[in-house]
Amino acid sequence: MAGLTLYDKLWRNHLVEEREDGSALIYIDRHLIHEVTSPQAFEGLRLAGRKPWRLDANLAVPDHNVPTSREERGGGVAGIRDQVSRLQVQTLDDNCRDFDIVEIPINDVRQGIVHVVGPEQGATLPGMTVVCGDSHTSTHGALGALAHGIGTSEVEHVLATQCLIQQKMKNMLVRVDGCLQPGVTAKDVALAVIGHIGTAGGTGYAIEFAGEVVRSLTMEGRMTLCNMSIEAGARMGMIAVDQTTLDYVKGRTYAPSGALWDAAQAAWADLHSDADAVFDKVVTLRGEDILPQVTWGNSPEMVLPVTGRVPDPESMENATQRSAAQRAIEYMGLTPGMAITDIRLDRVFIGSCTNSRIEDLRAAAAVVRGRHVASTLKQALVVPGSGQVKAQAEAEGLHEVFLAAGMEWREPGCSMCLAMNADKLGAGEHCASTSNRNFEGRQGIGGRTHLVSPAMAAAAAIAGHFVDIRNLQEPIQ
Amino acid sequence: MKSFTVLEGLVAPMDRANVDTDMIIPKQFLKSIKRSGFGPNLFDEMRYLDEGQPGQDCSGRPLNPAFPLNQSRYQGATVLLARENFGCGSSREHAPWALEDYGFRCIIAPSFADIFYNNCFKNGILPVVLPAATVDKLFTALYAEEGYRLAIDLEAQTVRTPIGEVLRFEVDVARKHCLLKGLDDIGVTLESAAAIRQFEDRWREQSPWLFNMIGRGPV
Repeated sequence: MAGLTLYDKLWRNHLVEEREDGSALIYIDRHLIHEVTSPQAFEGLRLAGRKPWRLDANLAVPDHNVPTSREERGGGVAGIRDQVSRLQVQTLDDNCRDFDIVEIPINDVRQGIVHVVGPEQGATLPGMTVVCGDSHTSTHGALGALAHGIGTSEVEHVLATQCLIQQKMKNMLVRVDGCLQPGVTAKDVALAVIGHIGTAGGTGYAIEFAGEVVRSLTMEGRMTLCNMSIEAGARMGMIAVDQTTLDYVKGRTYAPSGALWDAAQAAWADLHSDADAVFDKVVTLRGEDILPQVTWGNSPEMVLPVTGRVPDPESMENATQRSAAQRAIEYMGLTPGMAITDIRLDRVFIGSCTNSRIEDLRAAAAVVRGRHVASTLKQALVVPGSGQVKAQAEAEGLHEVFLAAGMEWREPGCSMCLAMNADKLGAGEHCASTSNRNFEGRQGIGGRTHLVSPAMAAAAAIAGHFVDIRNLQEPIQ
Repeated sequence: MKSFTVLEGLVAPMDRANVDTDMIIPKQFLKSIKRSGFGPNLFDEMRYLDEGQPGQDCSGRPLNPAFPLNQSRYQGATVLLARENFGCGSSREHAPWALEDYGFRCIIAPSFADIFYNNCFKNGILPVVLPAATVDKLFTALYAEEGYRLAIDLEAQTVRTPIGEVLRFEVDVARKHCLLKGLDDIGVTLESAAAIRQFEDRWREQSPWLFNMIGRGPV
């Protein structure tokens, strides 16, 4: 019999029962909650007179709606000016109080984007099943966990039963061999994978990322990679546990310690695919072939190396692709054949659950140190992923580097990734963004998003247009 | 949940690939703490010429005349014909809520994003996957004939066209069963409460570090 994949093992470990109809009941270890996708779930519990199955499996934190300006943030929940947003954050507070669920409140130092907070607090651990009403829950797979986004009905289902009704996914291995060129990051790997397999390439699969490049990534890099599994169509992406994982987890608030740590570590040693495991699909890329990536269109698969040129839809054979490219070029205000480095930027956003961790901020600060953002830029926002990331960055003086360069240093939250708060693009504005989606209107109605790594976003802020980060030794023009 | 058995209804087109959840229901409407009332904001950015705000009365807003749902021939549509990877993007259940609130009960496409597909079944909407070439033909027929209707039978797993073609589709047994009966998933799962408790006891013993962490300590 063939060996098991990491996904097979995590599935097996959490299998409560298999049903005749092919579905299965899967036990959920950790449920993360935020303000946008939970109010209707709590209301559902109330209406049915149900209580949460297991309180200590849940952790809540507001992130999507919270303002990031220091002034507005100072007033806490009551200080949120947008009354609809305020009600939603207040509703999370109220629900957590009523149902006795632990919440990290808005101005707690541990508050932040739920997918930054979970691993940072040790609330997500190797070997867990982790769910949250947010598609970027795939992030937590970086720890060797089975982690994926769910809708609000399933949020209610997990609260009430500690389980989900699931159908087993197929297994896909994405192996990135070799090593990365200097200046090329986990974000570029994620975008290159999506460019290679397409935004629906992972539909129906659980992805495991492996290979020398993945093994050599830090935990934060691995989180960036797994985060964007959903942009490749896969609900979940995961990476086997190794020493890098253990070193990251040890000592965190909710991580086990002492004898429990030893027992956990022994159990986690099995969290890898067996050598003879069989995958339904295998995709391989060479690290050396991956250049810094920039998206030009309105789907993350519309991505090119920074050295590329905007494609000509007329040259595309597939009619659906051709019309999508035409529409994207029009929406993005580009012309076929235009060099990516000629795209002029209006705003830069460094943040989001993809790229707002301390290493991301260090990479961006290294680029802007001693430089100033282009005079043509309207705004460059740096939004740390959590209060702890912010504190760490300030301890290292990174905020001063950003401020000296003419960038704004904000309070933690989802911010301009999806523009549910006041941080948004104006119509027609081009933004170099370290977030994960370049959909039409995502960052503001009519806004034009280009997805890049933190270093590429920082370099673009200085130059006012995209530049190849690998040429950065030379002065930016 | 509403059950879905058979539907005979007017078809409207959404003729583009990768229709994402931000298009289906833009982010400003996710601030609602309710489950209903999203229909007027379905496809808001494509449907209206101005910028929509939550809580706004949409009846007086300027409509985009080029958008199919604003054209008289598609009024009252209950079936949406779409392209590849429909519903990609976020996990927001507001997307199927908006489609359902507008009146759609069935979406036909060559492929759907996983989370959206799953969310449809939780809200009485049947997502039907048909081959891309078949969907192409349906688009051609739909554009050619005003008042184009399709009949969908979930029990038989068929879509019947006006000229009598019967197109078979696949759907997994568990989802089909729940949708046919309109079952409350939570109620069904709680019938397995003893099995869940048994699993939990064993799992707690085997992996004690996964339990009793949140709520303990400094939070």
